[in-house]
Amino acid sequence: MNIEQALANVAPQRIEVSNVSKSFEGKGGHVHALDNVSLSVGEGEFVCLVGPSGCGKSTLLNLIAGLDKPDSGSIIASGKPVTGSGRDRMVMFQESALFPWLDVMGNVLFGLNLKPGLNRKERLEVAKYYLNLVGLERFQKANVHELSGGMKQRVALARALAPNPSILLMDEPFAALDAMTREQLYGDIQKIWEARKKTIIFVTHNVREAACLGDRVLLFSPNPGRIRNEFGIGLSRPRDINSVDLAGYATEITTALKGFVNENGKEAAE
Amino acid sequence: MKRFGATLIFFLILIASWELLVRTGRYSPVLLPSPMSVWDYMYQSFKDGSLLSATGVTMRRLLIGYLIGLVFGVPLGFLTARYRIFHDTIGVLALGIQTLPSVCFVPLALMWFGQTEAAMLFVVVMGSLWSIVIATENGVRTMPPIYVRAARTMGSSGWHTWVKVIFPASLPYLVGGMKQGWAFAWRSLMAAEIFVTILTGFGLGQLLQYGRDLHAMDQVIAVMIVIVFIGLLADKIIFSPWENFLRKRWGVGIND
Repeated sequence: MNIEQALANVAPQRIEVSNVSKSFEGKGGHVHALDNVSLSVGEGEFVCLVGPSGCGKSTLLNLIAGLDKPDSGSIIASGKPVTGSGRDRMVMFQESALFPWLDVMGNVLFGLNLKPGLNRKERLEVAKYYLNLVGLERFQKANVHELSGGMKQRVALARALAPNPSILLMDEPFAALDAMTREQLYGDIQKIWEARKKTIIFVTHNVREAACLGDRVLLFSPNPGRIRNEFGIGLSRPRDINSVDLAGYATEITTALKGFVNENGKEAAE
Repeated sequence: MKRFGATLIFFLILIASWELLVRTGRYSPVLLPSPMSVWDYMYQSFKDGSLLSATGVTMRRLLIGYLIGLVFGVPLGFLTARYRIFHDTIGVLALGIQTLPSVCFVPLALMWFGQTEAAMLFVVVMGSLWSIVIATENGVRTMPPIYVRAARTMGSSGWHTWVKVIFPASLPYLVGGMKQGWAFAWRSLMAAEIFVTILTGFGLGQLLQYGRDLHAMDQVIAVMIVIVFIGLLADKIIFSPWENFLRKRWGVGIND
């Protein structure tokens, strides 16, 4: 494999989730995190999963990532059943989950070092390309604790992109950031998504964020976790989080969300 | 620099008060020697080599024993932290033996090994190994689990995860355990040396006990001071550079 091949866009892949259920024994007893959930994400599609905490959206992401196994049902990604984690599906976590014992370059290289077919020089080159893509080429030698929250997530993004996955799974990656930094990252992630052609599943509890980023927004309800509504976002890109049209979609989603939250509250009261 | 000054002045006052106490003449010089006589002993024994050779004997026992403790203790600590079966067996054993003051191993060591170096090493290893196991286990358990999950998504598994993730991730939490292991090794060796005369080597503890036998309090106090200095020096030479490295990489406050 040469450097052009390593950097070339790989074809984005489909994800098929069929009748997946998953439950845990948590502190508060039995948690039915996912109940018979099916979902299909097309090649290169950007899908956002929204819902209140405990609705199983992160659980679903972990299942697709292969970090956990479903109790029943099947998941197919990149044409193969998911049996464990794989380089075709990279994950970006809420906490950056960067490795503090490595510098920025070391972090981006971590996944690349595990990828066969490249020599050391080529891996460095690839890592530099992605650091450049997220605007952090000057911080190669920086220690993780020296970076701001936004910079950490950029490194995490570069690290996830570096092995050139066809699918990117993002678990509330911007939740811990301040509003200004987030807005900047919304622009960046859209640009990178268009340049690198990935299939993205993006988990968030921020409705505006979901409307801004997603081609589709799926609304989850908790106890047990199910997909309740689906919204297609018919706005052109790049989208601005502050646009009026976007606010319209966000209001629509929020209304639906409040609807079943209230309904749940009533059930609990009865 | 200012802080160093304060430390210096404090110790000068301490030594001056000691000297004053001696000069009142209320205490027999056999029980309370003057600072100067302690210094004299230190100087003389340094010159005739007896202090250095005793230090050498003690350090060799300490380092070998501590290394054995580390070589077995750290891997065992990792195993007890990651696998339930090791936690329920080795972990429980470690917890039990750790509560036993290491000097309690001295009679056993003498029965098994006689008055030999092996007996000394046995006591040091028993003194440090179990606390290293426990401290390592605690350290590895404190490590955020997200690192291993993140590594798995990037294709890391098995041995690679151990070497490239679990071990480096637990480094900041291991320092504490290693320091504790060192302290335990040091204490148990001193106890063993004071209790037992070993014909193959005359260590600092034995020099201390010998001072008592001769009613030479200047020697006793001088050796105690040397023991303190070795402890401080070890901290500076072995642990400080490591902690500085961690502070630089991980950021401030990780061990504070």
